[in-house]
Amino acid sequence: MIGNLAGVLFDGIAYGSLLFVISIGLSVTMGLMNFVNLAHGAFAMVGGYACVLLMTRAGLPFLATLPVAFAAAALAGIVLERTLYQRLYKATHLDQVMFSIGLVFMAVAATTYFFGPSQQPVRLPDFLRGQVQVAGLGLGAYRLFLIAVVALVTVALHLTMTRTRFGAQVRAAVDNAVAAAGLGIDVHRVFGVTFALGSGLAGLGGGLGIDVLGLDPTFPLKYMVYFLLVVAIGGAGTIKGGLVAAMILGICDVAGKYYVPQVGSFIIYFLMVVLMIAFPAGLYGRRA
Amino acid sequence: MTTHHRIPRRRVLQGLAGAAALGALPRFAHAQAGPFRIGLILPMTGPFASTGKQVSAACRLYMQRAGDAIAGRKVELILKDDTGLAPETTKRIAQEMLVQDKVNVLAGFGLTPLALATAPVATEAKVPMIVMCAATAIIPQRSPFIVRSGFTLPQVTGPIADWAAKNRIRRVFTMVTDYGPGLDAEKTFHARFRAAGGEIAEAVRTPLRNPDYGPFLQRAKDAKPDALFVFVPSGEGLAVMKQFDERGLKQAGIRLIGTGDVTDDDLLESMGPPAVGVITSFHYSAAHESPENRAYVESFMKANNGMRPNFHSVGGYDGMHLIYEAAKKAGPGASGEQLVEAMKGMRWTSPRGPMTIDPQARDVVQTVYLREVKMANGKPWNVEFDKFENVKPVEG
Repeated sequence: MIGNLAGVLFDGIAYGSLLFVISIGLSVTMGLMNFVNLAHGAFAMVGGYACVLLMTRAGLPFLATLPVAFAAAALAGIVLERTLYQRLYKATHLDQVMFSIGLVFMAVAATTYFFGPSQQPVRLPDFLRGQVQVAGLGLGAYRLFLIAVVALVTVALHLTMTRTRFGAQVRAAVDNAVAAAGLGIDVHRVFGVTFALGSGLAGLGGGLGIDVLGLDPTFPLKYMVYFLLVVAIGGAGTIKGGLVAAMILGICDVAGKYYVPQVGSFIIYFLMVVLMIAFPAGLYGRRA
Repeated sequence: MTTHHRIPRRRVLQGLAGAAALGALPRFAHAQAGPFRIGLILPMTGPFASTGKQVSAACRLYMQRAGDAIAGRKVELILKDDTGLAPETTKRIAQEMLVQDKVNVLAGFGLTPLALATAPVATEAKVPMIVMCAATAIIPQRSPFIVRSGFTLPQVTGPIADWAAKNRIRRVFTMVTDYGPGLDAEKTFHARFRAAGGEIAEAVRTPLRNPDYGPFLQRAKDAKPDALFVFVPSGEGLAVMKQFDERGLKQAGIRLIGTGDVTDDDLLESMGPPAVGVITSFHYSAAHESPENRAYVESFMKANNGMRPNFHSVGGYDGMHLIYEAAKKAGPGASGEQLVEAMKGMRWTSPRGPMTIDPQARDVVQTVYLREVKMANGKPWNVEFDKFENVKPVEG
């Protein structure tokens, strides 16, 4: 039992890292623009398919496709933000939900049309396959890689938000968009860039996640609940909250399935109810 | 109530005769005039879309090879998408097809709940319902108009349990998807394997919508069984295989056994070398050695961009054969009852091998094969190495 604990923790952290990198964009944009974007998973799917296409059609190695996954999803994000999303910033939440869920269904149908309904294969390089022995514990090489990448992304994100001018603008806009605009910050531009960044990270997560979560046209629907859980538990608009929430979810989901497989997949929903009662605004949320 | 009108008996009789004629006329007209319509309901989108794609392709291929007319009457295939796991949708589409399109036969049904939801509709309309994919044993009991052309889970699970017991596998960890067919597979495997002296180390059930098999497989690995028995629905095998490989269960000396859904021909190429050595029992492999199957696989792959036909595709292909032959035997203007009657006891050689429709159960009696995944021409195939003939749809 105890020996397995380390393995379960490791798998949970790997799973949580993946959830974090996909969901963090959703959390920040929700905090920043107060926009309920259910289509966030679709950007992750764009990244995933970009990876698969480059690997199977252009023969690029897996690692080389990851930056492209980021770029493709970020590009899709900025185009949609400029053309569609920004028209709905002032709309009611119901309108936003209807719009973004519609976008999800369109993405699902379009992907099925172009790439077919089946799961997409991914060929990982040999050094990322199998297990690595660390202190007598067999750890999945790919999951180790996943954790490392997400750790790097998190540090970079943290530095961007705390040390750069852009980060300061984002934080100001999250705190009070009207006052930030009054101080001469181009809030509109900050929104756009943040949206693109968030979509790009989702795309990166989509690419990284093919091996763990799988990739088929229903991806944005299948995992929508998980992404929303991260935001709801962590609290909108915070990176720290998203990180903690993603880790809690990842670890509890894996541990639940491992220790009590009879009710395993139910655990995280139970956890959500408990956490939402205890922290209605999320663990680190500033706004209800 | 003393002043009720007296109606002459003759008027009543005339009225009854007229009503009977009116009732009979449109039926007769519908049976004879216009094409013979087959209403095919399949998941063409959503998580089980690969099933719909395989079956619809096989049905089209059958019509292409057998012609689009039965005894001079034109055959029309109407395909509708029920999007996967939505029994109410499947039922509504079946009703629409009966009322609007006036179909003569209903066919398809990707998953058990969908077939069960539609069964009362077929009974009420007295129209044959050919279950091509759904594989829970009880389905044909739900309507006298259901005939199955696919397979049942108990039928294909028994042989692998016997094989395991005979091949020095003592303790087995079972993992099945938590719905009708999975429970059937679990029940059959446990009963047969225990009867042969084996021990079930542990049994887990994974949810139907499950993102990650990792933790379940880790639990299986830590339980240190001789083998892991798996049933998952068509399309999920890839995710299981990946985790089985990544977590090094094979290196830990645990064999992977299961029903053929796990090494689904549709996905086997994507699984690649890690699948080699997996032993399954099933009724169909694209690598089955027979002239019928060679011709089938070749024309199927040619018509579908190189897609390999899987077990659901033969369910569709044989379902079409059943409909065609029944309509030939009973006449293309036959009623639903007559068509079902004609299907009972029918026997033919399918790409999967010889098969019969059991006249009592309206279910498939067929050969079940033991297969091992081997590489041939750089691609993995389910190569058959043993067979059990005339396996009944439900065996103890």
